[in-house]
Amino acid sequence: MAHGEVKHDYHLVNPSPWPLVGSVFMFVLAVGAVVYMKGLLPEPDSGRAAQIGHLFLGPKQPWLLLIGVLGVLYTMVGWWSDVVKESRGGDHTPVVQVGLRYGMVLFIASEVMFFLAWFWAYFNMFIFHGDRAGPKFDSAGFESLKAWGDWPPPDVTQFDPFHIPLMNTLILLLSGATVTWAHHALQVGDRKSAKLGLALTVALGFLFTLLQVYEYGHAEFAFDGNLYGATFFMATGFHGAHVVIGTIFLAVCLMRLYAGHFTPQKHFGFEAAAWYWHFVDVVWLFLFAFVYVAPIILLGGAAH
Amino acid sequence: MATEIQGGHSAHYATETGHGDGDSDAGHGTPRWYNPARWLFSTNHKDIGTMYLVFAIVAGLIGGALSGLIRWELAQPGLQVFNDQTSLWGIVFGNAHNYNVAVTAHGLIMIFFMVMPALIGGFGNWFVPLQIGAPDMAFPRMNNISFWLLPASLGLLILSMFVPGQGSDNGFGGGWTAYAPLSTTGHNGPAMDLAILSLHIAGISSILGAINFITTIFNMRAPGMTLHNMPLFAWSVLVTAFLLLLALPVFAGALTMLLTDRNFGTHFFSPDGGGDPVLYQHLFWFFGHPEVYILILPGFGIISNIVSTFSRKPIFGYLGMAYAMVAIGLIGFIVWAHHMYTAGLSLNLRAYFVAATMIIAVPTGIKIFSWIATMWGGSIDFKVPMLWAIGFIFLFTVGGVTGVVLSNASVDTRLHDTYYVVAHFHYVLSLGAVFAIFAGFYYWFEKIWGVKYNGVLGGLHFWITFIGVNIVFFPQHFLGLQGFQRRVPDFADAYAHWNRISSIGYVITALGTVVFLILLLESAVRRRKAAANPWGDGATTFEWTLSSPPPFHQFSELPRIDADRAH
Repeated sequence: MAHGEVKHDYHLVNPSPWPLVGSVFMFVLAVGAVVYMKGLLPEPDSGRAAQIGHLFLGPKQPWLLLIGVLGVLYTMVGWWSDVVKESRGGDHTPVVQVGLRYGMVLFIASEVMFFLAWFWAYFNMFIFHGDRAGPKFDSAGFESLKAWGDWPPPDVTQFDPFHIPLMNTLILLLSGATVTWAHHALQVGDRKSAKLGLALTVALGFLFTLLQVYEYGHAEFAFDGNLYGATFFMATGFHGAHVVIGTIFLAVCLMRLYAGHFTPQKHFGFEAAAWYWHFVDVVWLFLFAFVYVAPIILLGGAAH
Repeated sequence: MATEIQGGHSAHYATETGHGDGDSDAGHGTPRWYNPARWLFSTNHKDIGTMYLVFAIVAGLIGGALSGLIRWELAQPGLQVFNDQTSLWGIVFGNAHNYNVAVTAHGLIMIFFMVMPALIGGFGNWFVPLQIGAPDMAFPRMNNISFWLLPASLGLLILSMFVPGQGSDNGFGGGWTAYAPLSTTGHNGPAMDLAILSLHIAGISSILGAINFITTIFNMRAPGMTLHNMPLFAWSVLVTAFLLLLALPVFAGALTMLLTDRNFGTHFFSPDGGGDPVLYQHLFWFFGHPEVYILILPGFGIISNIVSTFSRKPIFGYLGMAYAMVAIGLIGFIVWAHHMYTAGLSLNLRAYFVAATMIIAVPTGIKIFSWIATMWGGSIDFKVPMLWAIGFIFLFTVGGVTGVVLSNASVDTRLHDTYYVVAHFHYVLSLGAVFAIFAGFYYWFEKIWGVKYNGVLGGLHFWITFIGVNIVFFPQHFLGLQGFQRRVPDFADAYAHWNRISSIGYVITALGTVVFLILLLESAVRRRKAAANPWGDGATTFEWTLSSPPPFHQFSELPRIDADRAH
C-alpha cells in the first residue's frame, strides 16, 4: 500500500477484471443455453438482420452457448493463472494457505450436498416405488403408475456390476493409491517418483473416463423417457463430469510439477487436486454400492 | 514479499493526490469514487459491500413496485389491473397469468436480490471483517464474482418476465417455489428455463460467498478473539453461511432435474414415467426451509448488536444467543416437510414434522427473551436504529407465534396456501428481516457513507412504515382464516373489506419509502461529517474504533482483544 506499513500476512488481492468478465460470460452462457434448448426468437421470415438474429437467438442454435462456455473457460484459465502467479510471487503466506485449505474443504462439502440431491432422487425411486406406484393403483387413470411398481422397472436390463463397474472401482482405488504415492514422494523431495505417481493417476483417471464412455455406449436403457435411465445417467454422469474435472486438475498439477512450482514444504495446489480426487473416488464407491450392486443383490434385477 | 505485491495496489487507480479535507484516514491509497475500475474490478470488502447495498436498494424498489401491482389488483374484486390486452402493456398486464408472474417475481426478487444481498452481501461484507479485526475477506477477488453474478442473475429473471412462459403468455407464474408439474409441463416456454438458470447463478454466487465468510471468520479473527468472544453479528453470518453452503447445492440438483424434465425427456417429477412430483417438493424445501432462516439469522445478529448498543449493556446470555442461532440452523435442516402437510405425507411423517417444527420455538424464544432481558434495566436510548430493532422484536414475535399455529399439521390443512400463511411469512420477513435491514442500515449509516442522516426523517420513516406494514399484513390473517387463497387475482365480495384495508396500508408503506429516499437525498446533499462512533459507550465492536468511513484498507496492524472482554 502507498501509505502505512502492512504488518499482517493476509493477502490483499489486486483489483482484477476476471469476476466481471466471468459474470458477463455466465450471463451469455445462460441465455445461450435457453436459446439452444428453446430459442428466444421464432424462425425468421426474411432479411439479413432477421437471419443473424436467428443464428444467435433462434431455436436449437448453439452459437451463443458456445461463446458463453468459451468465455467462462477463458475466465477460469486467466483467473487461476493469476492465482499461480501470486503464489509464485510469495502472496500465499502460511495463514493464507490455511485459508485456501478451508476454502477447498468447504467447496467439497457443497459438492457433497449436490450429490445428495441425486442420491435422494435415486433412493426415492429405489426404496419407495411400492408406496408411490404399483398394484394399489389399479383404478382407472392410474395405469401408468402401476407399471412403475417394480424397481428396477421390468423392461430395464442393468449393467453387470462385477464387469466394467468393478474394473472402474479398482481403477479409481488404484488412482487414489498412486496420488498418495505422488504426495508422499513430493513431501520427501523425490521429484522423479512424484512425477511418475501423478502421471499414473492422470492416466488412470483418463482410463476410467474411457471405460465409462464405452459402458454408456452399451447401455440397454435410455436416458430419456425412462426413470431408471434418468436417475442412473444423471448420478453417474455428474460423477463422470467430476472425474473429468479432477483429471484436468491433476494434469495441471503435473505440468506445474514439471515446471518446478511445487516444493516439499509448499504444494497446496497439488493437495487440493488430491482432496478433490479422493472426493470423486468416494462418490464413486457410493454409486457402485447403491446404484450398481444393491439392486442386483437386494432386488435381483436382470443384468447383462 | 506480500507487501511488495500490495505495493503495486494503488498503481491501478487514479489516486487521491492529497489528504483531502481532513480525511486523513482515507490516505493516499484510496481510489477516487468515480473511477469505474474501483467498482468493476474491486477486491475491497467495503466497496463490494457498498455495491451489494445499492443493488439491494434497486432490487427492493423493483420488488416493492411489483407488490404495488399485487395490492392494486387486490384492492377490490374483479380484474382491474391485469386485464389490459389492448395496448403494448398487454405483454405484462394482459391477464391473470401476468398477475401470477408479478407474484412470482416479487417473491424471488425480494428473497434473492433484496434481503440476501443486503444482509449477507452488504452488511456481512462490510462488518464481518471489521468486527473480527480483519483487513479484508479471505478471498477478496472471489468476493467480487459473488457480487457480479447477481446482476447477471437478476437480468435473467427480468428477461424471463418478457418471453413466452405458457403458450402465448409471458413469464413464469408458478410461484417462487416453482413446483412441478406447473414448472415442467405447465410452462412450456423459455421463461421458466431462464428463471431456472437465474436461480442457478444466484446459487453459485451465494455458495462462493458462504465459503468466503466461513473461511474469513475461522481464519482471520484478530489476535485474542475466539469464537466465544466474537460479536454476535459475525456469529449470525457464520451460521447463515453454513446453511447456504449445505442447502443451496441440493436446490441446484432439483433445478437441474427440472431442466432435464423440461428439455431432455426425463421424468423425475412426472408420474407418467414413474416420477414423483412430491420429490421436487422434498428437494425444494430441504433447501427452502434453511433458506428462510438464511433470510432472518443475519437480522438476529444485527438486532443483538443494536439492542446491546442502545441499552448500554452487554447482550444478555451471550453464549446462549450464539448457540441458539446454531440450534436454529441445525433444526432448520430437519423440519422441511412442514411446508408439505397437504402433499399426502403419511401420518407418522406429519407427526414428526409437527414436533420438530415446534421445537424451533425454543431457541427462538431464547433470543427474544434475551433481547428483552438486555433492555431490562438498561439505559435505553431510542435512536432510530433502536426504534427499528424494537419494532423487529415485536413484529417478528407476532410472525413467530402464527408460525407455531401453522406448524400444526391439522390446522395447516385448513390454512395451507391461504393469506394466513402470507401474513405469517410477511411478519417474519417484511416486518422481520426488512426491519432488521433498516435497523442495520441506520445503525451503520454513518460508518458506511461517512455522513450523518436526519434523525427526524429516520424516525418518520420508521413510524410511517410501522403503521403501514401492519395495516397491510394484519388484516391478511383475517382473510386467511376466512379462506382467501394465495395467488388468485380475483375474489368473492366477502373478501373485499379487508383486502381494501390491506391495499390502503400499501399506500402508507410506499409513503414511508418516499421518506426513506428523501432521507438518502438529504444526507447526500448536506454531507454532515460523520463521527467515528456516534453511539457512545454502548458501541463496543471494532468498527467503531475506525474513522467513518474507515480507511480503504483497515487494520494494517492487527488489533488485539482481551480474551475476557465483554460483548
